[in-house]
Amino acid sequence: MSKRQVNKSVVIGTIGADAHMIGGWVLEKAFKAAGFTVAFLGAVVPQQEFINAAIEIDADAILVSSMYGMGVLDCEGLRQKCIEAGLDDIILYAGGTVAAPLEIEKNWPEVERRFKELGFDRVFPNTCTAEEAVATLKADLGITD
Amino acid sequence: MSVYLLVDFGSTYTKILAVDLAEESILGRAQSPTTIETDVTIGLNKALAELVDTCGVDLDRVEGKYASSSAAGGLKMVAIGLVPELTLEAARRACLGAGAKLVSGYGFEIDKEIVEAIEAARCDIILLCGGTDGGDKKTITHNARMLAHSAVDCPILVAGNRAAADTVKEVLEKHGKKVYKAGNVLPSLETVEVEPAQELIREIFIAHITHAKGLDKAADFIGGPIIPTPRASLQAAALLADGTEGEQGIGSLLVVEVGGATTNIHSVMEQSLVTPQTVLRGLPESRVKRTVEGDLGIRYNAPTIYGFVGKDAFLQRLRELYPAVDEQAFDPDAHIDHLSRNVGHTPTEELELAADIVLARSAASIAVERHAGTVKQEFSVMGEILVQRGKNLLDAENVIGTGGIFRYGLHPETVLQAALFSPETPWSLKPRAPKTFIDRDYMLYGIGLLATNHPVQALRIAKRYLKPSEIDS
Repeated sequence: MSKRQVNKSVVIGTIGADAHMIGGWVLEKAFKAAGFTVAFLGAVVPQQEFINAAIEIDADAILVSSMYGMGVLDCEGLRQKCIEAGLDDIILYAGGTVAAPLEIEKNWPEVERRFKELGFDRVFPNTCTAEEAVATLKADLGITD
Repeated sequence: MSVYLLVDFGSTYTKILAVDLAEESILGRAQSPTTIETDVTIGLNKALAELVDTCGVDLDRVEGKYASSSAAGGLKMVAIGLVPELTLEAARRACLGAGAKLVSGYGFEIDKEIVEAIEAARCDIILLCGGTDGGDKKTITHNARMLAHSAVDCPILVAGNRAAADTVKEVLEKHGKKVYKAGNVLPSLETVEVEPAQELIREIFIAHITHAKGLDKAADFIGGPIIPTPRASLQAAALLADGTEGEQGIGSLLVVEVGGATTNIHSVMEQSLVTPQTVLRGLPESRVKRTVEGDLGIRYNAPTIYGFVGKDAFLQRLRELYPAVDEQAFDPDAHIDHLSRNVGHTPTEELELAADIVLARSAASIAVERHAGTVKQEFSVMGEILVQRGKNLLDAENVIGTGGIFRYGLHPETVLQAALFSPETPWSLKPRAPKTFIDRDYMLYGIGLLATNHPVQALRIAKRYLKPSEIDS
């Protein structure tokens, strides 16, 4: 799962018509502390802006936050846009309340399957910690420091 | 008495404004067609002669001279960046804010066709950007290689990814290109930093372009550097807004400059959110901002503006200004066509003056709309969210109209009215209730020229001669 040449940079934002940002802030802080360059796009971020930022900063990964339960709808098409934009090997993570809370609690394998189908490398439930996210990405990028 | 001459070598006219700094007054003005193809001092001397004749200025008692120029096409630039909404946009702003005429902008990797277009454009400076610092390197490097193997012979200013800057400079210099380097215009996605690039653009203009445009003799006469005219206007706007030690500014402002070839908007105002909960998207806005609309000049683009307005609406608005229009055999289609073919035309008859005002109103309205930001409602499961893009001008304290139309036009205040917030376009963040002024003496460029060395007097002259206009806002 690693990029050809790791740049240690990530794009973080909350997708769609969702104004929640706190998850993104927490992640921004954690990744910066781990030595990553972070482009934090805030909230209500359309797909194209994730792409634009990833191109400009030469990002290894896009971390999409979604808090209001409609993540699957908003994330559809992002991987395809990445491919169009020349980012076909970029890592895509989704996290937060990415589906209805009951689904996350009772039916996580199904949630995971849906995101993988959309082209996401990993999806994280709203119980994961920032440290977990950082550790997982570092492992996926083959960073051992 | 302390007489200063403020010269502008315009694309059509060489204008001279004579001011008395001791009295803080305008002594007079004169103009003559610009003679850049032959010898620019021919037109200059004619204008000087007229100045002496009409205003009695004693040229031997002139204490200082300053000049700006937009002659020979002004400062023409091409901008190259990566993502159009990101580094290319930052590069565009760097060019416009430096007073340049942006000939074209290109994003992503440029190909042979684009290189040929750049060669044909014969611009004065190419601004090469792309990638935040530590970001994408391959695009700016590719573009540098393309330019290196091309026939472009103008200076190239590199202001992109710092990590690629040395490679880029090397490849260009190896192929004989003149290269300058400045800090990245977009070092990170939250930081637009155009000042270092703009500083170099100014230096390059003074060092190379003055000579290339045939302005050497003019520079000799002036005894100092000649700056691009829009740079002078921007300096005036900043001085007026911010004030200087010893003299207060008038607060945040918008300058609406309606011309024959373009309509330009300058704003000096801090960015702000429409409401504290509004979500802001897009590249950060700068406090001093300049936009140039090359399709809204009231001569060259009269047909375009007329197209935006529509024939019926045009006639209706004309009727409001000049009720007798129906009694005359006035054909708006023919008149508009005539204007675009006679770009130096200054109307004298009331009906023509009124038609110019209708055009200027639309130009001003659209230009300010493009300069200002927008706010839109998004509906989500948590309720309504306001999303703002661009600069919030709602609470701008002042709007100033400048340009020929504000000198000769009838009821020019109606042009400024069109620049204000309208309930018909509530999403457009135009000024709501500013004080409005008209630059009746067409002096703003002159104020800008004086601003560096004589800010107090320049500001006082500006405040004295800006004519408050009465509009119902």
